[in-house]
Amino acid sequence: MSIMTYRQALHDTLRSEMLRDENVFLMGEEIGLFEGAYKITAGMLDEFGEKRVRDTSIAEEGFTGAAIGAAMLGLRPVVEIMTINFSLLALDQIVNHAAKIYGMFGGQARVPLVIRTPGGGGQQLGATHSQNIELFYAFVPGMKVVAPSTPADAKALLIAAIRDDDPVLFLENLSLYNVKGEVPDGDVPAEIGKAAVTRTGRDITLIGYSRMAHVAFQVAQQLAESDGLDIEVIDLRSLRPLDRETVVESVKKTHAAVILEDDWLTYGIGAEIAATISDGAFDYLDAPVRRVAMAEVPLPYSKPLETAALPSAEDVIGAIRQTLDAVGRRRYPMGEKS
Amino acid sequence: MSTRPRTAVATKSRPSTASGRSTPDAQPVVLPADRERLTGFYRQMMLIRRFEERAARAYTQALIGGYCHLNLGEEAAVVGLMSALRPSDYLFTNYREHGYAITRGIHPNRVMAELYGRSDGVSKGWGGSMHMFDLEKRMLGGYGIVGGQIPLATGAALAIDYRDGDEIVLCTMGDGTTNIGAFHESLNIAALWNLPIVYVIINNRLGMATTVDRASAEPDLYKRASAYRMASDRVDGLDPVAVFEAAQRAVAMARSGKPFLLEVVTERLRGHSVVDPAKYRSDEEMALVTERDPVHTFAAMLVADGLLDEQELAKIDAEATLQATEAAAFAENSPFPDVSTLFDYTYATPVANDSHRLPGQPLFEPAPIPDYGVNR
Repeated sequence: MSIMTYRQALHDTLRSEMLRDENVFLMGEEIGLFEGAYKITAGMLDEFGEKRVRDTSIAEEGFTGAAIGAAMLGLRPVVEIMTINFSLLALDQIVNHAAKIYGMFGGQARVPLVIRTPGGGGQQLGATHSQNIELFYAFVPGMKVVAPSTPADAKALLIAAIRDDDPVLFLENLSLYNVKGEVPDGDVPAEIGKAAVTRTGRDITLIGYSRMAHVAFQVAQQLAESDGLDIEVIDLRSLRPLDRETVVESVKKTHAAVILEDDWLTYGIGAEIAATISDGAFDYLDAPVRRVAMAEVPLPYSKPLETAALPSAEDVIGAIRQTLDAVGRRRYPMGEKS
Repeated sequence: MSTRPRTAVATKSRPSTASGRSTPDAQPVVLPADRERLTGFYRQMMLIRRFEERAARAYTQALIGGYCHLNLGEEAAVVGLMSALRPSDYLFTNYREHGYAITRGIHPNRVMAELYGRSDGVSKGWGGSMHMFDLEKRMLGGYGIVGGQIPLATGAALAIDYRDGDEIVLCTMGDGTTNIGAFHESLNIAALWNLPIVYVIINNRLGMATTVDRASAEPDLYKRASAYRMASDRVDGLDPVAVFEAAQRAVAMARSGKPFLLEVVTERLRGHSVVDPAKYRSDEEMALVTERDPVHTFAAMLVADGLLDEQELAKIDAEATLQATEAAAFAENSPFPDVSTLFDYTYATPVANDSHRLPGQPLFEPAPIPDYGVNR
């Protein structure tokens, strides 16, 4: 066990997987000489050479598609797309090809591909560089989409993604790269498709992924200290497949839920979670399911506007208090509390 | 469109062959191979012809669903190209690919069964007309999205290069595809990284109804390779021998680590797909196209050169017709995939919480309605 950043966990895992399997190689813009826009691949060109750390032209559709084709012949490419916004240029290759090839050809070809890409706003990068569009990929059967929020999960899910024979979109987040945490030694992969209960509690369930799972955990700790609240936190970790069971079982216990998401609310990941709770825990709810999500605007550049549009810890705390108020009114309509 | 003299060697004359490699008009055909090879070409061309005609009939009988694009008119191109490949080479192609599948060595029965959506189909009924795949024959897919196969094929060439293999990739596409970004991004990557790949433009001069002139600012499509300092050539796609020779040169260059762009100028004898009556083409144009029918002109050439007589031609035709008929019978008798296999091919690596829900099923079994004591 050692303490390291999310960035370091990714770097070390890429390196150890490349040492383990020579079919693993990296492709992407500026990952070699420049060492990656976010320095995840620092030092790797020197160590592994140009054959295995490939700087590409700025051509997301071309190089992502080439990675898919290489994967069809048994290589295990790990593509870095500088931010998830740029993945839109490769959407056809990811959705129409990577996600389809195994099924469309009756199981004859596998696509063991990983696409690593960060989402997230809050860096004053403006409307086209601040989006959270993982939903586009999580919508598509054939894709696997994972979204670690801790350095330990960054490692365990990246190992799992690289060793998986299906295309995996591996969602990172600009604001998580410097987050530190304990990371186990060894190379034990996480199980894709499983959520994690990162904190157990009885009063209410918070559900998030990526940055918002991190925020959820911090808010739960804070409210435990300030208000004595006992909050359960679920980190979805996998957006496809989605671990509905873990969400529903938690809400059956706490009877209330707040969903945290960095994407837009309408049609967002949270809508699917809310529908899941409705389907699986309808009779257990003591208050409407609440969602905290980004304001429905193209994210502005100017700091006060950007801050106002992005979900914050304060927004989450407010939603928790309002939800618990609603719970109180339903459980104790006469104002009594036993 | 200019008319041209109708002679046995006239198939050589059609496209302006900028490279000057093709035999000029009116010179005698120089046969590069023996009788067996040429009659083999003809046999394969005739099989494509009769197979596609049988497929069209099955489509109109509603035995085949979806889209159905035929190789009619492209037989010489298909056979010439496929004959230049080794069994270990890879093919990526588009949605007009039945002929490629057959010529690559996939049994016509399995190709027809795929068209019928049956379990014995080459893609087990999951792909249909546009998505034929066979790993053993190294046909790595027909692809339905225009241009979708080009980055994939480029990546396959990258994998060959990564492992220092001596295989090459041949990637075919239609003329309209040369305008899509994936074409340019892929050629750029292949040229930068010296990948062993031959890109082939099957130029039938029509992207559905839109002519090359109306779709491409540079209608001499082979010239587009020059933007990537890639060697290229244009060849008469109605002449299987010319295509074969040009493809051999292109494949040899790819095998030496230099990508190549080959434009094969051909004809589309029918509409874009089976359901397209091609009303946008004039009777005069269609008369010319029919006159240039590559199967007929090649037959005439073989007869004129004394390689086959009418009786032998008829025998080859009868064999091809029988194979197509047998393929249709095989397809009709092949079982549909069992509905219980619906969730077998979503993921190659089994994964927790993979959904196996059918449309009408709830996500969760309905909970018992709580007893509030009202009915006591």
